[in-house]
Amino acid sequence: MQQMTGARMVVQALKDQGVEVVFGYPGGAVLPIYDEIFQQNDIRHILVRHEQGAVHMAEGYARSTGKPGVALVTSGPGATNAVTGLTDALMDSIPIIVISGQVPTFMIGTDGFQEADTVGITRPCTKMNWLVKDTAKLSETIHQAFHVATKGRPGPVLVDIPKDVQFATALYTPREQAKTSHYQPRVRGDEAQIAKLVDLIETAERPLFYTGGGVINSGRAASALLRELVAETDFPITSTLMGLGSYPASGKNWLGMLGMHGLYEANLSMHGCDVMINIGARFDDRITGRIKDFSPHSKKVHIDIDPSSINKVVRVDVGIVGDVTLVLEEVLRQWRARGSKTNRAALPKWWAQITQWRAVKCLTYKNSSTVIKPQHALERLEALTKGMDRYITTEVGQHQMWAAQFLGFEDPNRWMTSGGLGTMGYGLPASIGVQVAHPDALVINVAGEASWLMNMQEMGTAMQFRAPVKQFILNNERLGMVRQWQELLHGERYSSSWSESLPDFVKLAEAFGCKGIRIDDPADLDEAIKEMLAYNGPVIFDCRVEKHENCFPMIPSGKPHNEMLLGDADTQGVIEAKGAVLV
Amino acid sequence: MSALNIKKGSSSHSAYELRDPNGELIESHTLAVVVDNESGVLARVIGLFSGRGYNIDSLTVAEVDHEGHLSRITVVTRGTPQVIAQIKAQLDRLVPVHEVHDLTAEGPSVQRELALFKVSGKGEARIEALRLAEIFRANVVDSTLESFVFEMTGTPEKIDAFADLMRPLGLREIARTGVAALSRGA
Repeated sequence: MQQMTGARMVVQALKDQGVEVVFGYPGGAVLPIYDEIFQQNDIRHILVRHEQGAVHMAEGYARSTGKPGVALVTSGPGATNAVTGLTDALMDSIPIIVISGQVPTFMIGTDGFQEADTVGITRPCTKMNWLVKDTAKLSETIHQAFHVATKGRPGPVLVDIPKDVQFATALYTPREQAKTSHYQPRVRGDEAQIAKLVDLIETAERPLFYTGGGVINSGRAASALLRELVAETDFPITSTLMGLGSYPASGKNWLGMLGMHGLYEANLSMHGCDVMINIGARFDDRITGRIKDFSPHSKKVHIDIDPSSINKVVRVDVGIVGDVTLVLEEVLRQWRARGSKTNRAALPKWWAQITQWRAVKCLTYKNSSTVIKPQHALERLEALTKGMDRYITTEVGQHQMWAAQFLGFEDPNRWMTSGGLGTMGYGLPASIGVQVAHPDALVINVAGEASWLMNMQEMGTAMQFRAPVKQFILNNERLGMVRQWQELLHGERYSSSWSESLPDFVKLAEAFGCKGIRIDDPADLDEAIKEMLAYNGPVIFDCRVEKHENCFPMIPSGKPHNEMLLGDADTQGVIEAKGAVLV
Repeated sequence: MSALNIKKGSSSHSAYELRDPNGELIESHTLAVVVDNESGVLARVIGLFSGRGYNIDSLTVAEVDHEGHLSRITVVTRGTPQVIAQIKAQLDRLVPVHEVHDLTAEGPSVQRELALFKVSGKGEARIEALRLAEIFRANVVDSTLESFVFEMTGTPEKIDAFADLMRPLGLREIARTGVAALSRGA
């Protein structure tokens, strides 16, 4: 063990944890740590333009690599600016570690300059947080923070370090000697419960896999096992927004995303199935619609690493607590040992039904030769980037749902979107975090102009660190999803949903020193996308689209899956007063 | 569109109907939660209750293992069986929580609370208060010519009953510790 200052411990502990990059913003209370970062070359520091951006970049890094992301912020406003990112990571179970500076211990409680009760403010939006008052405990606490963030259900953690603790000297605790014994969540599923699942797999007449972000979080092995299980059972599979990519969009059993803006075949399969196998999803309200009428005739199995997820909103018949990889291994082992049986008499009938639902072609939209339809723009983006080493991030709103519907994901960790919290302003910084992790890949942020403006200052970060992120903005000069809801359930009173005084995005790109492209003619779309892809640097792509396009299919709030809307003709008086209180 | 008329605090307006209002009875449960004795842990436990809309009827906390830095939180809460199960699961997933015991569900338990009562009065009322205190096995821990402070240990129901009797006899103040509880047997 070695004597060193608290500030040096921070950098040493990050190195011991294998951290390669930190996203941060300096300030008075973290200057000693920045001084240490300056004097070494192992850890790269990405200077952001706002601390919210730092946390979203750490999230983008984490989701695209499967490794924890790290952000470093100063006390007071630095820490409060990180709160949205922390909450986002908590809702989507993303492992990130935020290190914040704090006023010296002797000033805590005196309303010092840039003092905030950071652990108090961040307690409900972290999996765990620590205020370290003693340098002797600092390195062990940072190691514990990485352990907690990545073990069990992943999540954000925060370590708050007063400035005097950074200056003081103590013995460094190496990673292997840090105590982590008390937090050891259960990862192996109960074999008897798994046997019940195998019984259901063998007998189900109308089975369905419903997968979520837990498959992605469990690692690449989980996706590989899932693909084996789907291929061998030949059951249909749908996924939440968070789980896209765990099963390939080109796979023959793929039904597409389910939920509020999910595909017709996926939602009707959920409604009509007799065995639902939930793997790493959490019955979110965007998925279930009205709970009372949610998949009324099915036996439900729920695999989740978090025991509190089971029976939280939907009561299930078989609950299996464990890590998806380990549980699926055991499911396959037991099921194969019993002869890999399924109900071969009933399955063709179920597939015939699904084929009928697929024939509805719920994503059909009316294309135009005069105005760019957002769906068409995404179809062309998909066609022109298919097969490339591609990562997609999104902002939040209509464009996000269209991206989920019209882009295909073949692998996990390729799709980064704010699902649980729905954070506008997520996509641009997340795309930079992804690009930093994968410098040679194509990283596209599918955005709406309103969301994109929320963190557009991060274009400065993209320029400074040569992150050639492509900002694919579907610009309808509206807060599109807000406008859609106002049309459908607030009597077409478009209260404050018009983006007035928008910047000229091409000039904005020039001002940042990158490339700007604007198009409004569908005939120019392919050439413009190719120009964006060919440019060696960041691009702001201003795609002027149809202003009043609505996102369909849609399950109105408070409705069950089998009452979904397929297009504009369906929308008269669909949402009752009872549904209007829901978001 | 008609007014929605939502009553504050009610969940019946939600189309999701997370909690079935006429399905199950509300139960009272006493939970014992063993936690790391560190700053912020109690706030994390209480924040869980307020943040997720659970009730706290009584809360007691103190260090029980100085060497191991462990505290025991005894919390009395109310909810349907589904809500109680969710409260336990949510408590159990908190990082600084070591154990969660549902003393109501895990078999018979002993529950005790300590209370202090200040009763002032003269003449017959004063004598009657003292007589009742003897029946309830309350101790006199302070007395003046016009007042007593009684100390009593018992179940919350016994303390409620004594308080009801003291009220017409000049009850001025009550201080209660909240429930401490242990399971019966070895």
